[in-house]
Amino acid sequence: MRATLARRPLLAAALLGWALAVQPLATGVAVAVQPDEMLKDPALEARARAISSELRCLVCQNQSIDDSDAPLAKDLRILVRERLTAGDDDAAVKNWLVARYGEFVLLRPRFEMRTAILWLAPFAVLLLGGVAAWRTLRRKGARASVEAPLTEAEKARLADLLDR
Amino acid sequence: MIVEVGHYALVLALALALVQSVLPIWGVKAADARLMAVARPVAWGQFGFVAISFAALTWAHVASDFSVANVFENSHSQKPMIYKISGVWGNHEGSMLLWVSILALFGAMVAWFGRNLPKTLLAAVLGVQAWVAVAFYLFVLLTSNPFARILRAPMEGRDLNPILQDPGLAIHPPLLYLGYVGFSIAFSFAVAALIEGRIDAAWARWVRPWTLAAWVFLTLGIAMGSYWAYYELGWGGWWFWDPVENASLMPWLAGTALLHSSIVMEKRDALKVWTILLAILTFSLSLLGTFLVRSGVLTSVHAFATDPARGVFILGILVLFVGGSLTLFAARAGALTKGGLFAPISREGALVFNNLFLTAACAAVFIGTLYPLLLEATTGGKISVGAPFFEMTFGPLMVPLLLVMPIGPFLAWKRGDLLAVAQRLAVVFVVAILGTIATWWATRGGPILAPFGIGLGLWLSLGALAEIAFRIKLFSEPSVAFRRAVGLPRSAWGAMLGHLGVGLLIFGVVAEGAWKVEHVLVMKPGETVQVARFDLTLTEEKTIVGPNYDATVAHFVVREKGREVAVLEPAKRNYRTRKMPTTETAIATFDGFSQLYLAMGESQGGGVAMRIYWKPMVLLIWLGCLVMAIGGAVSLTDRRLRIGAPKPSRVASAALPAAAE
Repeated sequence: MRATLARRPLLAAALLGWALAVQPLATGVAVAVQPDEMLKDPALEARARAISSELRCLVCQNQSIDDSDAPLAKDLRILVRERLTAGDDDAAVKNWLVARYGEFVLLRPRFEMRTAILWLAPFAVLLLGGVAAWRTLRRKGARASVEAPLTEAEKARLADLLDR
Repeated sequence: MIVEVGHYALVLALALALVQSVLPIWGVKAADARLMAVARPVAWGQFGFVAISFAALTWAHVASDFSVANVFENSHSQKPMIYKISGVWGNHEGSMLLWVSILALFGAMVAWFGRNLPKTLLAAVLGVQAWVAVAFYLFVLLTSNPFARILRAPMEGRDLNPILQDPGLAIHPPLLYLGYVGFSIAFSFAVAALIEGRIDAAWARWVRPWTLAAWVFLTLGIAMGSYWAYYELGWGGWWFWDPVENASLMPWLAGTALLHSSIVMEKRDALKVWTILLAILTFSLSLLGTFLVRSGVLTSVHAFATDPARGVFILGILVLFVGGSLTLFAARAGALTKGGLFAPISREGALVFNNLFLTAACAAVFIGTLYPLLLEATTGGKISVGAPFFEMTFGPLMVPLLLVMPIGPFLAWKRGDLLAVAQRLAVVFVVAILGTIATWWATRGGPILAPFGIGLGLWLSLGALAEIAFRIKLFSEPSVAFRRAVGLPRSAWGAMLGHLGVGLLIFGVVAEGAWKVEHVLVMKPGETVQVARFDLTLTEEKTIVGPNYDATVAHFVVREKGREVAVLEPAKRNYRTRKMPTTETAIATFDGFSQLYLAMGESQGGGVAMRIYWKPMVLLIWLGCLVMAIGGAVSLTDRRLRIGAPKPSRVASAALPAAAE
């Protein structure tokens, strides 16, 4: 649900306190996308922001270029906007960046052989868990049916035995 | 001297933990009550020595004893007192000392509250607890000694990382660790049950309060961390799907599943094997989180490989405990008797559904966090897994869970009647649909799915309230409703609050995600910008001098319809010692839950770059978590948990033949 609600700002590296203890980052200043980088055309700028939030700042820890203040992220933000202004569509911009920087630049890995496990595992767990739960329930159901009321033939036989 | 006492006390704690890890379990195996009785006093002693150790390190920080390397690297004589104290755990060594301290605290609490536990179970639980303790004492003493001295003591320290100098940090890690480490109790109970080869409904009742307490702390800890990131980092985001956050989310998801499955075990004596496995997995994920954060493996696989001492040590602990407990589980689980029967449509069935989806969601977080590391370690290929991945996997897995959530509590045990539930929830359903339509009408042209999100929030929160309303017969017999409400078990109120909290959380997530307003612009003094319904004027920029930093402050006056409603002063600080800039955001709350959020950026073009956000309903995100945690706390005060599990009393068995006669 959340995923599709709207373009969420795909924010950057979380700096929960204790993490910082081992990984002091260079700075905590929020600069990210700068006013002077932004495009005049709001529709184009919105696309640039959406693309930026799916691209990794290559020198940062898990930050998108939209959030990062690293100089490289700034260069990439400007590059994305240049490509968009030149008329590239979103996929073309991403392909162009992947060609230059590799798959590492994508925060959402493409579905391919080596990422198949990544994408399918959560749903495989659901499926396997569901099958296991279903089988357990059915086995229990079968056991319950053993305890079901006696059939007419059984009742007759029981009465017969008791009468004896 | 005090520092050396602290160091020595930690060694003594290790010695006691070694005793506690062997004698009680030997006692269980040899059926020797004297050996088993060792466990409780030793657990207290162990906690006493760790407390001394922790106090000694705290003293060194408070007194700014820079001859201690840990203090030198993370403190400064000019630092405010609160951060001198929180700085104790604002670094690797200190935070690991906090970890073992909390572990010992939990052990001591089990020894204290466990007086009415069966002697063998108590001894086994404390023994297992001590195994974990021994491993982590060794880790601290051998690889992360916080008491190491510097031969020539420097005059001044290097100061704490400025981002960590915040009240949020003072409470976030202890809360998180209380949660993480609290799950060790559930783990110890599970392993003890496997060692004893015996498990029953009473076991679930003993474990539940500890799981619940850990869950409450973890919920608060995660929420606190999220809010801290929100106001401290200046991007206005509250969840980043960062590996460090995921490390805390995984035990939370598994712990939530454990809470629910242990209900089934307690009430119906079913799902035993699964509950044991879940208890093991939950703490394993806590250990995994500790490994991810503490080994440096997240920074990069290479950093981990070049300085592997700590990482390999924790990895060893992880493999030992996860592997060992799962092996024990595989060997002994078959011996556990299977319990109660139930139909698929039943309270048990709903809780199985809950466990299924929570586990799958947990798997999504797990694989997303670890896959890039595994891929790089095995093939050298580098990929990134970020927020977009989790939103496409975790998100869809949550939706069915949330949709079914209000239905579960209405279902009867063993065999539920879906039609009857539908009749009871019909009004809530209609209100949720109407809410969806009304939201769509009010926000036409906005994000398409957002109104459904609001409908889902209504369905969840009203569904939770409806369950209580029906239980106390609020509408059918209003005259007795109050008396029934008072008589209702606290666990019922706790469950309602927990579910209500999820509803509130959803409102916040949806509203913030769909209708936030963002302005990024350069402003000069005197300029005014309109954001949402407010006019913000930058009146002046000024510089101020703080205790260990200098700051530039932007003074904003916020007006609504010409009337001044707030003054906001976002700032940029420059910490003198570390020469590090930080952003201090300025936030004003309106309408109870919505916030105006200002963060200051660099100077450019004769003005200053500002990020101004309007975040509707954003506080509900954390308020929802708080309500969940309160629900857990209320449930914790339930009578059956206060009184403790019923002893399989002799009176009952003695009375039975008498009654039969």
